[in-house]
Amino acid sequence: MTLADMETLVYARPASLTEMPTHYCPGCTHGVAHRLIAEVIDEMNLRERTIGVASVGCSVFAYNYFDFDWVQAPHGRAPAMATGIKRVLPDRLVITYQGDGDMASIGMGEVVHAAARGENITVFFINNANYGMTGGQMAPTTLPGQKTTTSPHGRDVETQGYPVRAAELISTLEGASYVVRRSLHDPKNIRLAKKAIRLALETQVRGLGFSMVELLSICPTNWGMTPVQSLKWLEEHMIPYFPLGDYKVHPAVAEIKV
Amino acid sequence: MARELWKGNIAIAEAAVRAGLEAYFGYPITPQTELLEYLSMRMPELGRVFVQAESELGAINMVYGAACTGVRVMTSSSSPGISLMMEGLSYIAGTEVPVVLVDVMRGGPGLGNIAPAQGDYNQIVHGGGHGDYRPIVLAPSNIQEAIDLTMLAFDLAEAYRAIAVVLLDGSLGQMMEPAEMPPLRPLKSTYPDWAVRGAIGRERRVLSSIYLDPPLEEEANLRILRRWQQVEANEVRYKGYYLEDARFVVVGFGTAGRVALSAVRAARAEGIRVGLLRPITVSPFPSRVLRELADQVEGFLVVEMNTGQMLEDVLRAVEGRAPVEFFARLGGVMPLPEEVLDEIKRMASTPLSVDGHPRERWLQRMLQPA
Amino acid sequence: MPPKGRIVVNDLYCKGCELCVAACPQEVMGLDMSRITTKGYHPATLIKEGCTGCGVCAVVCPEAAITVYREVVRPRVAAAA
Repeated sequence: MTLADMETLVYARPASLTEMPTHYCPGCTHGVAHRLIAEVIDEMNLRERTIGVASVGCSVFAYNYFDFDWVQAPHGRAPAMATGIKRVLPDRLVITYQGDGDMASIGMGEVVHAAARGENITVFFINNANYGMTGGQMAPTTLPGQKTTTSPHGRDVETQGYPVRAAELISTLEGASYVVRRSLHDPKNIRLAKKAIRLALETQVRGLGFSMVELLSICPTNWGMTPVQSLKWLEEHMIPYFPLGDYKVHPAVAEIKV
Repeated sequence: MARELWKGNIAIAEAAVRAGLEAYFGYPITPQTELLEYLSMRMPELGRVFVQAESELGAINMVYGAACTGVRVMTSSSSPGISLMMEGLSYIAGTEVPVVLVDVMRGGPGLGNIAPAQGDYNQIVHGGGHGDYRPIVLAPSNIQEAIDLTMLAFDLAEAYRAIAVVLLDGSLGQMMEPAEMPPLRPLKSTYPDWAVRGAIGRERRVLSSIYLDPPLEEEANLRILRRWQQVEANEVRYKGYYLEDARFVVVGFGTAGRVALSAVRAARAEGIRVGLLRPITVSPFPSRVLRELADQVEGFLVVEMNTGQMLEDVLRAVEGRAPVEFFARLGGVMPLPEEVLDEIKRMASTPLSVDGHPRERWLQRMLQPA
Repeated sequence: MPPKGRIVVNDLYCKGCELCVAACPQEVMGLDMSRITTKGYHPATLIKEGCTGCGVCAVVCPEAAITVYREVVRPRVAAAA
């Protein structure tokens, strides 16, 4: 009797990830988001047909970690680049992977109009309430009162305005077919996030239009907490401001069974 | 094929289609909008890609994405819109993907006006985007040339993995002339070995302008520079008129060159031995022919529709071996052949010097009208 | 009797973030303080008996560093066949 007869493989690193270790800080949930996307692309057998568009920020090196074709966009412009690729190659799976500074600040024009056009692409939006790569500055998603290196006394909404709720905003657009917010702070929510990633990619494969999954994520280094403390902070502070849920599910998407 | 009447902007659009343009992304701005309008009808009827972007930022990055797939792509705009595209152009240059850009220049700076001007010379030729890169820049002076250079732009962009710009002013974009349109070329069926189209049965590819390791960035810069040396060696284009016996040579590109040609012919009719050098590639600049001419002529007259942006390149080429004079109209005001003729006559009748700066002398003449 | 499982943590990827330690329902995970990876982290490991091979550690792992196995429990007759 061989070992294979005695044991079953419950989980192994997905094939759509390369062998390169990430540059992310210990505990950063960018890695969870990467893993989930790779798992879903494996399950859908789409690795060879996928083209990723990396953004600027911590996810600038995303192209190093996925074993499929990538391009690397200027800050905020990933949805425009993805539009160019998808229009030329409509039968490929085109995804962008963007942080909150990239997508919800400098790239707000590009993502809103890609959604408005019903561009048949999928945007993965990582919301960790600050600019991670440059060392924790205030982002469009920084919570009121949250301290960052550019809101040292806490975000003052009188002078620094209010956070942008991207999923809610994008969901108002007719061209958006699947827009949801999930969180990566515990196993249950991670599983729900994976299901949303699957539905978003199914939306694109079926030609149903723009899809976006916003993923609440932690940034332990810049938040100044341990990874485990960060998960708790996300749950207690971010989720009340950024409620999890389905903000737009086109009836045709709602019928998809996965 | 028969000659037909073509409007500049539309002629360029149709020439791009015939060159095998597979995807166009643009944004409305006068005086190039007809190009966008024409392609909004023409591209879909051929089953090709047309997208009106949300901004020039969107347009150039859609072009960037489409260019990464290895197909022929183009965008077009006018001066303020081109300024917005500079970020994307720098990334495109850094990623070494071929792109064709049409710039139908208007008056500036700022919002300026929609009248013809040549104020984009510096931002196009000497690069408005960050980093070391040089686009190939083709400057037509009539509609036939606009058609031919648009076709050429696609070939050069691909051959050198570079940005090729068709640089013209609003008057050429708007004018109609008889011209012959080349036949429709087939779309390409094979793609370069760098194209990102999905890793089907091959290793994955990444297209990026990022080289985090400085020695690798240096290597990329050197690779781009070496390719540029090839462009300089092989692709300099210009047109000379009446140069054989010329005492004086007028230098002008695009519409300024066209206006200057009328003045040169009028001067010839009056017995002044004057010729015209019209750069067709303003980048790479025809420096060598200017240097050769500098040893043969009594002086140059540079005519532009800006404050002397190309003038600096002429001065660099001539290296003080011959006097250089300058004449310009600005802000959308067109230079008249009579004005250029007056300058030629003045040069033929007054002693010229290599001292001082031609722009200073021109400014003084402008401020103290006779 | 609960199923029996085991995990293999790849030192190349593990950064000792302890998300798996906090998430493990059996509370059988910890950092191996006797070892340091080439990147300088104490890697995660099983510190006692009781792993069921549920895979929750792999679900929360940001580095896809954990491979999970579970023992196959089959009737004796089937196993002998």
